[in-house]
Amino acid sequence: MEFTELESSLREQAIRSSLMAGKPKLYYFNGRGRMESIRWLLAAAGIEFVEEFLETREQYEKLLQDGALLFQQVPMVEIDGMKMVQTRAILGYIAAKHNLYGKDLKERALIDMYVEGTRDLIDLIRVHHKFSPEEQEKNLALINERATARYFPVYEKVLKDHGTEFLVGNQLTWADVQLIEAILMVEEKVSTVLSKFPLLQDFKTRICNIPTIKKFLQPGSQRKPPPDESYVVTANRVFNRK
Amino acid sequence: MSVKAKLHYFNGRGRMETIRWLLAVAGVEFEEYFFETREELIKLQQSGVLLFQQVPLVEIDGMNMVQTRAILNYIAAKHNLYGKHLKERALIDMYVEATMDLNDLVMCHPMQPPEGREKNLALIVDKATNRYFPAYEKVILKDHGQDYLVGNQFSRADVQVPETILMMEEMKPDILAKFPLLQGFKARISNNPTIKKFLQPGSQRKSEIEEKMIPQVMKIF
Repeated sequence: MEFTELESSLREQAIRSSLMAGKPKLYYFNGRGRMESIRWLLAAAGIEFVEEFLETREQYEKLLQDGALLFQQVPMVEIDGMKMVQTRAILGYIAAKHNLYGKDLKERALIDMYVEGTRDLIDLIRVHHKFSPEEQEKNLALINERATARYFPVYEKVLKDHGTEFLVGNQLTWADVQLIEAILMVEEKVSTVLSKFPLLQDFKTRICNIPTIKKFLQPGSQRKPPPDESYVVTANRVFNRK
Repeated sequence: MSVKAKLHYFNGRGRMETIRWLLAVAGVEFEEYFFETREELIKLQQSGVLLFQQVPLVEIDGMNMVQTRAILNYIAAKHNLYGKHLKERALIDMYVEATMDLNDLVMCHPMQPPEGREKNLALIVDKATNRYFPAYEKVILKDHGQDYLVGNQFSRADVQVPETILMMEEMKPDILAKFPLLQGFKARISNNPTIKKFLQPGSQRKSEIEEKMIPQVMKIF
């Protein structure tokens, strides 16, 4: 290669990598799993991100050998010079950095309580596809029961008592993003689940119209579909599960 | 001294124990209300104080706080145990989330049927010695010369990691055999005055659940 060609190629690479340096990079399967809440939060915050999908055991072993996975687990997100692991740690960092974690300790406390609640509900759905058909029937009943008797009544009441558009304070927070994620996930399984929750229906309409979220909900976005057979097969292969 | 927090749980470790540790280390006096039967838990649920019908519940600063992590985050942030800035917080969160994963395994262990106990113990020991402890050993190695896991100052990570180590040692006394730096870390942290006090008999620290109590506890929940 001629010297000038080499120079301009290096310059090109440097520009490209400095453009990329700003973007978080997500390491996970090409599916929802534990990474989906992170995709939601980044998208809601208007943060562009790139993804590397795990498809082979070799990719996973390379990440392990490179020391990229602190506890040998994914999700892993390269962000701001860190290789972050542990879903809640990553979500907490993104929320705090992008002004989605309330304005003081007490708002933070409310947000934390609310997201822990929706996290429990999302986790029920996250593992649903791993069950046998009989177990799935039971799990579906559990998801419906928990959503309509434990979690959604709480958020309906919060919206009622709070009287504003959002769950906490006067602006969008992590709590709102995770709730809309949970609502849409439950609706995929139980389409009428919001029938007794008029304020949550309004909430859903409002939040889905926020430009960054509206964009994330459109086809072609980085939002992932519900898990299917190939997702299970890939995960088992990567983690050497029988 | 006035009591600053009220804890509602059963008289055992469970999900409340880490909260007890953190309050003790933060110097926050707390009162405990134990329920012993399912009826008492139901009464608490009916009273409307449990946001999601679950315990732990901690009454603190005018709030009825539920969800273990929400409570721990609040105590840590309020009492300067959460690092000096966002990136330190991120490290602390990574380290404590991992201890909580390990704690969950320990907490669920007594609920295994007797036939499954030995295998489950082996699984927990394997995770501790091959996944979690090597990571912490490496953190201490990298920050050689510092007494604490993050940012050269005491944080909740320096409470939660030792808490987990001590619980693991109850299950397998020589579990730190291959981790000299963690041994040193544990010894140093155990000498911290508030932790030392909490480790003494008569403190509000709870002991391991007794085998004969397990059916009773499971009935409550």
